[in-house]
Amino acid sequence: MSDKHLIRETIARRAEQEIESGFYVNLGIGMPTLVANYLQKDKQVVLQSENGLLGIGPFPTEDELDPDLINAGKETVTAIQGAAFFDSAESFGMIRGGHIDIAILGGMEVSKNGDLANWMIPGKMIKGMGGAMDLIHGAKRIIVIMEHLSKNGKHKIVNKCALPLTGKGVVDRIITERAVLDVTDNGLKLVEILDGSTISEIQAATEPNLIIEETLLNQ
Amino acid sequence: MKQIHSSFQDAVKNIQDGSTLMVGGFGLVGIPENLLLALVETGVKDLTIISNNCGVDDWGLGLLLKNKQIKKMVGSYVGENKEFERQVLAGEIEIELIPQGTLAERIRAGGAGIPAFYTPAGVGTSIAESKEIKEFDGKEYLLETALTADYSLIRAIKGDKMGNLVYNKTARNFNPMIAAAGKITIAEVEELVEIGQIESDQIHTPGVYVQNIIVGHQEKRIERKTIKQI
Repeated sequence: MSDKHLIRETIARRAEQEIESGFYVNLGIGMPTLVANYLQKDKQVVLQSENGLLGIGPFPTEDELDPDLINAGKETVTAIQGAAFFDSAESFGMIRGGHIDIAILGGMEVSKNGDLANWMIPGKMIKGMGGAMDLIHGAKRIIVIMEHLSKNGKHKIVNKCALPLTGKGVVDRIITERAVLDVTDNGLKLVEILDGSTISEIQAATEPNLIIEETLLNQ
Repeated sequence: MKQIHSSFQDAVKNIQDGSTLMVGGFGLVGIPENLLLALVETGVKDLTIISNNCGVDDWGLGLLLKNKQIKKMVGSYVGENKEFERQVLAGEIEIELIPQGTLAERIRAGGAGIPAFYTPAGVGTSIAESKEIKEFDGKEYLLETALTADYSLIRAIKGDKMGNLVYNKTARNFNPMIAAAGKITIAEVEELVEIGQIESDQIHTPGVYVQNIIVGHQEKRIERKTIKQI
């Protein structure tokens, strides 16, 4: 699978399955935002945007365009019927207070114990962490979605993050175009293979030693 | 009741070099556009700016940046600005990056008389360096202190002559907390109405937090226009 678009679609479709009907969901900027495009119609889901909107709707038509209505990625959006607007302190109270069921975020590196690095590359321009550091401590479940390997083929799922951390021990599950991995007390567990690879191929692309889900061993 | 200005130059004329300013807005949404333009004209410098973002190259706080009026920027995300990057790399500007929820709460605390609070955001990261860490129920938290400002510049869609304000959609963002955390708060409103014309139950920011009001026409530039693909 080399096509960038296909990779992103595979990851977004798999990430969508993490969202249950009735959930309040925060989707990070970039690839996580795509997950909304694949939401099953029969699921009732409310999307939270940390700039002060509970109930993000689809992108607007030209007629609906409102400069005062954006998501956290600063894209123009609409609000669903029943949406609520509030200030930033309330928004992060909602997040920190554990009222958001799941946050799906992008990642640069994730370690075997669930440390996440996704906000800064030393030596490059520092853009800022935005709301990521608050989100990872507040949402009930943290899913990181990212490509399995870096552009130059290096491990992104590592024993110890080399990049500055966004948070320690915060990630519950990693979804890549190749696999789904859970952070457990005993280490990183391979729970699904998405691209037809063998277990040893996934292990080769992943730095930490993997615990293998039993159902995968039997295949 | 409140001082109602008719000129933006007049509204910002007391702001001195070296002042600390809080500025409302998220991206370009809910920023006090005309107050910022007036500040560029005054040329006041060595400002410490507390705001979630720092505008874009040619609008909002980016204009103050380009004019080298900012000494220190305190925010959570400053990614959309090439001039910012240049000034940081050249050591011309100080920068303090704060997790967005911590920034919002530090400003809220500043306006609400709470000197400090504990939050989990930043535990185990570089943000925690030199900060007190305390455990509650087996989980670690950082001590973060309140932020206040000499002046707060905010925007609302509607205000009345008692200083009561109403915001529009996601243009509310940091504005209500910033209104309360400034010693002097100047509100740029799109519409100014008579006392009693905003229903008491619909007021977002009570007038006690607002000292100065001015009406301004908003350009409302859009940073990322995204339209439904049909």
